Amino acid sequence: MFKLFKNLNYIWNKFTKAGDDFWDLLEEELILGNISFETADMLIARLKEYSYKENISDPASLKNQLKNYILDILQDGESNELLNIGSPRPSVFLIVGVNGVGKTSSIAKLANLLAKSRKKIIISAADTFRAAAIEQIQYFGEKMGIEVVHHQRFSDPGAVVFDSLDKAVAKDADIVIIDTAGRMQTSSNLMDELKKIKRVIEKKIGREPDEILLVIDSNVGQNAKSQAEIFNDSIGVTGIILTKIDSTSKGGVVITIKNDLKIPIKLVTYGEKIDNIGYFNPLEFVNELIG
Amino acid sequence: MFEFLTSKFEDLFFKIKNKGKISPKDLDDALREIKLALLEADVNFSVVKELLENIKNKALGENILESLTPFQQVIKIVNEEMTKILGGGSSLINFSQRIPTIIMLVGLQGTGKTTVSVKLANLLKSKYSKKVGLIAADIYRPAAILQLIDYSKKINCEVYHEDNNKDPVKIAKNGIDYLRKNYSDVVIIDTAGRLQIDEEMMAEAVSIKKELKPHQIYLVVDSMSGQEAVNVAKEFNQKLEYDGIILTKLDSDSRGGAALSINHVIKKPIKFISTGEKIEDFDIFYPDRMSSRILGMGDVLSLIEKTEKVIDDKKARELEEKIYKNELNFEDFVYQLKSIKKMGSFDKILGMLPMMGKNKALKGINIDDRQLDRIEAIINSMTIEERRHPHIIDGGRKKRIAGGSGTNVSDVNNLLKQFENTRQLLKQFSGGGMKSFDFIKRRF
Repeated sequence: MFKLFKNLNYIWNKFTKAGDDFWDLLEEELILGNISFETADMLIARLKEYSYKENISDPASLKNQLKNYILDILQDGESNELLNIGSPRPSVFLIVGVNGVGKTSSIAKLANLLAKSRKKIIISAADTFRAAAIEQIQYFGEKMGIEVVHHQRFSDPGAVVFDSLDKAVAKDADIVIIDTAGRMQTSSNLMDELKKIKRVIEKKIGREPDEILLVIDSNVGQNAKSQAEIFNDSIGVTGIILTKIDSTSKGGVVITIKNDLKIPIKLVTYGEKIDNIGYFNPLEFVNELIG
Repeated sequence: MFEFLTSKFEDLFFKIKNKGKISPKDLDDALREIKLALLEADVNFSVVKELLENIKNKALGENILESLTPFQQVIKIVNEEMTKILGGGSSLINFSQRIPTIIMLVGLQGTGKTTVSVKLANLLKSKYSKKVGLIAADIYRPAAILQLIDYSKKINCEVYHEDNNKDPVKIAKNGIDYLRKNYSDVVIIDTAGRLQIDEEMMAEAVSIKKELKPHQIYLVVDSMSGQEAVNVAKEFNQKLEYDGIILTKLDSDSRGGAALSINHVIKKPIKFISTGEKIEDFDIFYPDRMSSRILGMGDVLSLIEKTEKVIDDKKARELEEKIYKNELNFEDFVYQLKSIKKMGSFDKILGMLPMMGKNKALKGINIDDRQLDRIEAIINSMTIEERRHPHIIDGGRKKRIAGGSGTNVSDVNNLLKQFENTRQLLKQFSGGGMKSFDFIKRRF
């Protein structure tokens, strides 16, 4: 995970005392990790201030302090990394995101993870738009022995969700996980469709969905901010699933998202296997990030 | 969030307005804003550093500190440098002498290879009159083959697939034999998504290349990619030596800086861009448009050219005055409409404006050009008095106007309402956001 930050080690070792070059290189490394310019700037300004005030220029101590600052952001507030599961049953999870970030795979992995803790899951195949999306999730469902509720392709996703919720009650399921079509946050029609799906859920269960999880691809750069902002404005996002963390990219932008929008990262996924998923661990994340 | 480069430049401009000339420090400030804009657009950090160095040298070389419009010169230089990088190499497709021309698509997971296969097939079919066959060589992702078959039904292309064969090299080989006999002019191979560090999967792609000797290999890159995009592209190139890039998901609001980095470092041309959910949302790449997008400026340069041609200066000043005093009337409105129509379709013009992405009042606005014709008809049916003093239009007058223009009273009502809204909006602009546009208009 986040191996490329080994470069940072090089920085820590190269400079015995913090000088201008040190700060510049540090900023560069943060930005290369897809941490946004403003966040990198803010972190470095804080670290500089700390360095001057406490008269500390030893890179190892500064490194620890930088870790603390990032941890502060990631753990700030209620920052509940756990999923909201419980009564009243069934819990309803709505999974959303732009195209190609790995929503369907994440749902399969999440369903498998929750099924292992003896939860009865129903998957709702509400991506009725992309060719073969229903077949893809059905394939996973069959493999895991999890029921997938689906309609015909191009049918109304709201109707699929409606049926899935009925079925969940009838079958006494613990959790309903809803797969939705990938959509660009800038497409107002498709964002409206998502609002409608949310309304269907609210009407049916008499409360908001228990989790609205936005799937973000680690490979994506600063656009992830726009994704989080607009999805959050449209339907409210309760957490982030960060995918493809086995790639060489580092999803440093989630730090900015947490800092600006207070949306916690809840899960991470990697690899092609069904159990390649884990709960987000801030300390581990930061340690991998800064080494 | 990010403020557009133009408005940052505006701030800088106002800061030094009274000084006449800018100092080297002002230039550094301007360069810092450009750096920020580029980083925010996901241009790779090392590429940004190199680019800025070039820009600075060029700026000092051209003595822009002495110029009366220094920042405009800087933007121009930046734009030139970027277009140079983005435009390196030809974006034409090389069809092979011997048919079929074999095209292989590769890339990370989720970049849009399968969608691109079909969109590219459609483009080659419709624009180049080629018979295109597809090969489904992604045997890993569940239902990937089905997705390709399903999606390609819309364009009536044959898809070669083997459902029980687990060897993509053999599938591709058999596919080409089959499609050759089928008189396909072009064969597109859709491969599985793979990480550049996955040695096994990369070896598989290399053996497809070795066995089939595709005439063109394209790397499919998500325009939303971050800092790492350039390393991904580098690794793929070391193993596969591809011929060009296809940039996807440009319908997002991402600025696509990754394209610039890849172009700069790997020096492979961007061949095509994919811009939406529809099969037709796929086009040949134009470097100049991309450079403005990355800078977050909209297509300001061409817009300025257009406005300059169309709106004469005196009229523009009068109009500004009127907007400011909130005295805008239908005569001005119709003049504006005519000018706008001369510039092209409304959507395109809006797309060129830098602040449109961020302006909440204009978000989600959908303007049909035919509506403009109707509006013009309604205004033409007003008397001069009515045009100058819209508030005198009462029920009886509305009926007459509707009759005269072949519309309904509700249409007339709508127009009057819209007109009032526009007046308010313009007033807002003249006090705030629109300044940036004025600024460019005056300075360039």
